[in-house]
Amino acid sequence: MNKPIVTGIGVLAPTGLGTEQYWAATRNGAKGIGPVSRFETEQYPVVLAGEIDGFEAREHLASRLLPQTDHMTRLALVAADWALADAGAKAEELPEFSAGVVTASASGGFEFGHRELEALWSKGSEHVSAYQSFAWFYAVNTGQISIRHGLRGAGGVVVTEQAGGLDAFAMARRRLRDGAGLMLTGGVDSALCPWGWVAQIACGRLSTSADPERAYLPFDSAANGFVPGEGGAILVVEDPESAAARGVARDYGTFAGYSATFDPPPDSGRPSALRRAIENALDDAGCQPSDVDVVFADGAGVPELDLAEAEAISAVFGANGVPVTAPKTATGRLYSGGAALDLATALLALRDGLIPPTPNVSELAPGIDIDLVTGQPRRADLRTAVVLARGYGGYNSAVVLRAPDKP
Amino acid sequence: MSEMTCTDLVAIIRECAGDSDTADLDGDILDVSFEELGYDSLAMLETAGQTQRRYGITLDDDVVVEAKTPREFLDLVNGKLVAAA
Amino acid sequence: MDTGRRVVVTGIGVVAPGGTGREAFWDLISSGRTATRRISFFDPSPFRSQVAAECEFDPVRQGLTPRQARRMDRAAQFAVVCAREALTDSGLSTTDLDPRRTGVSIGSAVGCTTGLEAEYSVVSDSGRKWQVDNDYAVPQLFDYFVPSSISSEVAWDVGAEGPVALISTGCTSGLDAVGHGRDVITDGLADVVIAGATDAPISPITVACFDAIKATTPRNDEAETASRPFDRSRNGFVLAEASAVFVLEELGHARRRGARIYAEISGFATRCNAFHMTGLRPDGKEMAEAIRVALDQGRINPTEVDYVNAHGSGTKQNDRHETAAVKLSLGEHAYRTPMSSIKSMIGHSLGAIGSVEIAACLLAMREDLLPPTANLHEPDPECDLDYIPRVAREKKADVVLTVGSGFGGFQSAMVLDRRTA
Repeated sequence: MNKPIVTGIGVLAPTGLGTEQYWAATRNGAKGIGPVSRFETEQYPVVLAGEIDGFEAREHLASRLLPQTDHMTRLALVAADWALADAGAKAEELPEFSAGVVTASASGGFEFGHRELEALWSKGSEHVSAYQSFAWFYAVNTGQISIRHGLRGAGGVVVTEQAGGLDAFAMARRRLRDGAGLMLTGGVDSALCPWGWVAQIACGRLSTSADPERAYLPFDSAANGFVPGEGGAILVVEDPESAAARGVARDYGTFAGYSATFDPPPDSGRPSALRRAIENALDDAGCQPSDVDVVFADGAGVPELDLAEAEAISAVFGANGVPVTAPKTATGRLYSGGAALDLATALLALRDGLIPPTPNVSELAPGIDIDLVTGQPRRADLRTAVVLARGYGGYNSAVVLRAPDKP
Repeated sequence: MSEMTCTDLVAIIRECAGDSDTADLDGDILDVSFEELGYDSLAMLETAGQTQRRYGITLDDDVVVEAKTPREFLDLVNGKLVAAA
Repeated sequence: MDTGRRVVVTGIGVVAPGGTGREAFWDLISSGRTATRRISFFDPSPFRSQVAAECEFDPVRQGLTPRQARRMDRAAQFAVVCAREALTDSGLSTTDLDPRRTGVSIGSAVGCTTGLEAEYSVVSDSGRKWQVDNDYAVPQLFDYFVPSSISSEVAWDVGAEGPVALISTGCTSGLDAVGHGRDVITDGLADVVIAGATDAPISPITVACFDAIKATTPRNDEAETASRPFDRSRNGFVLAEASAVFVLEELGHARRRGARIYAEISGFATRCNAFHMTGLRPDGKEMAEAIRVALDQGRINPTEVDYVNAHGSGTKQNDRHETAAVKLSLGEHAYRTPMSSIKSMIGHSLGAIGSVEIAACLLAMREDLLPPTANLHEPDPECDLDYIPRVAREKKADVVLTVGSGFGGFQSAMVLDRRTA
């Protein structure tokens, strides 16, 4: 079959609600990290997050849905609405069973779970909500999205921490190859409650800086961890023939290639398998490294992980061989939403021939030999983009995207 | 605990399951079925759970099947409240 | 998508209630005994449902180091132990595997929920503090936060460096993870995938949430016969924990090394009902569609199906829904096809059970013996198929269908074909 195309994008990010608002902010290097407002952080060593401001769930969702949904599900439902609207697609206009949903999740509806754990432990089991049976679990966004839009094709949920957005995208591609016409895919996460906060702090990679401009600096000599955020993106991917059959006239680009690899055990002393993921994804796309015009980096913000990523990029593309960017320094790391949002950003960059910058990063650490786009956006003729993502515990994924053929 | 009124029930439903998409809950809904009001079994389980906690009574598991309208639900609850008094 | 690459199962590992290990599991389910008991992990008396199927499992006695046992949630421990048993069963050792051509796909509905709740009780001072205390947090709390730690542990243990993922589609996770493992091999991304599922959900929050929707049985005085799929008296499922993991191999890879082949995974499909997070459309149309597609992939006629391993959870609505779906997809042949639910014996281990049921199917094929539906005395008139009541049945089964259904609206079906072996 032909390679799938992306026909719709829905974004909710700390730097903007909706694709165009987000893209305008990202192009200009706007920043979305700030002190946590959702709960009191005085007692915690980590105080910054990429929060989404100005999202009122009741403006978008019926009140019937609110008691049964975690914050991250509300964000995901709205992102899915916007993506489908952008693609001009309606399930009832597609063949039965031909449209499905695959989302990534990292930690489920953690804030909902926190409230119910508190109800159970402080008041007793009869105080636990009936909605707890699904509102917190990893599959909830796929289920709720499929119900909301009547999508009765294949469903799926992938959990690979921060790599999930790319792995879900690939599973959606697989379902298209199986015969589906349209898939909604992506990831949206949020765990901004005290319980989620303490769980995240336990990974030991969160920045303890209180300065929003100095807390998340991947590849920088001052890298000191990352800032967590919330949000993500949902995309519509379609088989091109199926899209053409329903009259789709424009798309954001083609899903050209993918690969996932897993790192050797942490105590093995062997290098990361990220390089192999990039090479395999290029093979899958039928691309040479020289065809690639921009790389969207994972940007862990942890010095040894940044070095490993820079080495993998340099090994494939040559030292300073390709422009690299990490716009996520403006939003923080969004877990399953992170790579999904990077896919959206990369597609918008291809559309507009503009590489958005990496805010806040200014001075590359020694040994980081990459051409990182910092400060101002860079204009370029972009045909092919690579998006990288790594998940805690050894997950590496790479996706190759190609701009639509010019008419 | 005093008798449960329709206003009390509506307040609990709104909290547990959100507002009705199909009817004005502040209107005369005593004999409109929960199904017509847009509340499924999950919404009714949540409503029944909250009612039990607030009124200190125990409702049978089948309450969500048996009580099809607000009037039937209130009759069941108030019957329990009388029995407990 | 037909790539010409076919996928077979060459190794099985199981941790299930009533006995650890593949053969102990088969011994229990083929004899029709049950492992459902009063919950022993904590005092269940405040709960509506006080019954569960627990595993007798000591991680260190099962070969994990004390350090591994401390680091991993119980669900991860199960999966690693199962993966090792499956590898041994397949005749492969970790040194035989090419790391880059080896993947992992593990299903889990609720991940490390038991570990999370235990840590929550500590950092919240038993629920007293909303602003939980970071000073009491353990390093592995992040591993519990992101359940992809489970598939990481399995990958490290077997030395996999190909595609690795955790699949979490509620109670169909165990079918979907094996289905994903099959896809990884058919697509040429790996030659061997360690695939299966695990869940260890018997903790207060899970018991409480199923209490709240009355999904679990309140038959506390008859714990040993509490799980009653397809019976008129059924009134909910019995919560359980378990894991099953398989060695999946590309057919040529298995044949070249002379491996014993249990069966081919000849079809797999999943559909969403897009109806309700916990409710099922009575007609079973989406499950029937998943079955139709799975059979079609294997080029198998419905009349060739010899046995159906049911989801059979023992809730009122599930058993009717599923009976309707099997009739819709197999037609008249449904009435001639034995179908049973092993949940009657080992309960419902959420995301794990799909894989445990695949293990039951493979062992049933090996033994020419179909496990029964225990506790089935008086069938529900709306459940009018042959559910193999109480006693296992000798029957040669070459083509087996196993189905699953989960919260979120997931409906999955897999077809296993022994004729390839």
